Amino acid sequence: MAGAVGRFLVTLALTYLGLLAITFCIGRLIPVDPALAIVGDRAPEHVVRRVREELGLNLPIWRQFLIYLGNIARGDFGISTLSSNPVMTDIRRAFPATLELATLGTIIGAGIGIPLGVIAAVRRGGLADQLVRVMGLVGYSVPIFWLGLMALLVFYARLGWVAGPGRIDIAYEYTLTPVTGILLFDAAMAGEWEAFANVFSHLILPASLLGYFSLAYISRMTRSFMLNELAQEYVVAARAKGLSEARIVWRHALRNAAVPLVTVVALSYAGLLEGSVLTETVFTWPGIGLYITNSLQNADMNGVLGGTIVVGSVFIGLNLLSDLLYRLLDPRTRAR
Amino acid sequence: MSDAAPSWHDWLMSDRPASRRQAALGRAYSGWRTFTRNRLAMAGLAIILALILVAVLAGVLAPYSPYEGNLTTSRLLPPSWAHPFGTDDQGRDILSRIIYGSRITLFIVILVAVLAAPIGLLVGTAAGYAGGYVDAALMRVTDIFLAFPRLILALAFVAALGPGIQNAVIAIAITSWPPYARIARAETLTIRQTDYIAAVRLVGASPLRIVLRHVMPLCVPSVIVRVTLDMAGIILTAAGLGFLGLGAQPPMPEWGALIANGRNYVLDQWWVAAAPGAAIFVVSLAFNLLGDGLRDALDPKAER
Repeated sequence: MAGAVGRFLVTLALTYLGLLAITFCIGRLIPVDPALAIVGDRAPEHVVRRVREELGLNLPIWRQFLIYLGNIARGDFGISTLSSNPVMTDIRRAFPATLELATLGTIIGAGIGIPLGVIAAVRRGGLADQLVRVMGLVGYSVPIFWLGLMALLVFYARLGWVAGPGRIDIAYEYTLTPVTGILLFDAAMAGEWEAFANVFSHLILPASLLGYFSLAYISRMTRSFMLNELAQEYVVAARAKGLSEARIVWRHALRNAAVPLVTVVALSYAGLLEGSVLTETVFTWPGIGLYITNSLQNADMNGVLGGTIVVGSVFIGLNLLSDLLYRLLDPRTRAR
Repeated sequence: MSDAAPSWHDWLMSDRPASRRQAALGRAYSGWRTFTRNRLAMAGLAIILALILVAVLAGVLAPYSPYEGNLTTSRLLPPSWAHPFGTDDQGRDILSRIIYGSRITLFIVILVAVLAAPIGLLVGTAAGYAGGYVDAALMRVTDIFLAFPRLILALAFVAALGPGIQNAVIAIAITSWPPYARIARAETLTIRQTDYIAAVRLVGASPLRIVLRHVMPLCVPSVIVRVTLDMAGIILTAAGLGFLGLGAQPPMPEWGALIANGRNYVLDQWWVAAAPGAAIFVVSLAFNLLGDGLRDALDPKAER
């Protein structure tokens, strides 16, 4: 067990180092000279040189990389040229919005996907099985940003069931004081139920969309894990003992399938965080994905790389953590 | 003619092939028979062949110019007989733009496959054949790349290299080789134990020759299956980059960029964004169906 945790930490450190090495290289790849970007290209020679020295651009590459690592470790991602705030401040403001969206999406995905996958495995070839297959195929084939646009068209513009792009109507924006940044919590804690309803009607469409993609993946994996479990001998034994079918499926088989399912849910959560770039752009959702897109369109490299590092770190962390969880939870891999 | 067909069939299905070629053709034939029984996979194949045809014949098939429209008479027209998918804000026929856009989609998919698959093959076979420290080091790097978020990383790469279709292709290729390396390594590990590799080694072939001539060709089929399954993902990533304005630049009719343009009008002129998205969906779906079919045909054990 200690070995698994140790390996996890080493892999985590190496992978983060790899990520930072790449963002560092990308930061240096930009054709723009960072010094010129600050002082402008009409600045006199000695000013440019002084700025280059201040930025440490005349140091050897490995020293620059170490300094870069130190800055990142302290949470210093540089100043955003777009908002003139430190990138970290911007990200801290944007991150809860992404978290709220991805979390609700995962809750929807797991909440529907797991039962659906179980039913699909129990009744092979039945309605639920076909549904899982079709939803999986569509989920892997449809561009999420296009589906988002079409959903906006149908459910917002035509049917008027939900609120449009954005996170909250301007009318409510100043009635809420951000405490957690998760607007649903903030509204509920302040007792502002009208604002809560407004936030929810903004949230539900993009969250359902993410939920669908998560559902497509989770239900497919659940089905495959359950098929595996239902073929095991303990299921036959349980049947022979006369346990009810429902008890066998939901209590015994699902509990054993739960171990790999934890990793699947974690992976899908990570995927939703990454996919936020496209979804948030479509729904003008002021999260970290939209922040990255806006920074991109305004050539704000610090913003882009800061966002990349944060999303990448969470993604990598969840990815490797799910691997560790799998090792720790599964008794077969535990006893070695 | 009627008796020629069964004899071909018998020759191909013979369980005692007289030559290497007969054996190889026979295997391909029986794989093809399994494959054709899968109707969905055949549908996928048909759509992809149609896509290739459309891309090649774009100049003949497209009813209008993809780049020029009439701003005074044909701006944002809804779908009609003259313009089946309507027209966009510049008066251009959307069907024509989608037809020309198929060239870009094919170009991206082929280029990414041509760039990423050999990298994966090389890394995987080298790691698997060399073993020891080389294996450990190469697989560490592969794992690190596997753990990265692909879209975000491609985004950052394109941001640094500058938007454009070539840079988008490079960025996607850089982020998509690791699964191929894993597969190639797994195959190599079993191949290197075989007698014929020992025989080749005994004859005095260099490791490089063994890997390139005798190991790598055997890894190709499983990598091809995986590449086909990944094609949909590649198309979606490329379209996503195009949607964000980082892929093909205007006025190129790249499908993702078409959706980005249609986004401005989606609430009133929905057709501008609807048709290109449907095109992406159909083609990705076709690649997914084809990939599933190939996997089932080549690996009967795989779970369906």
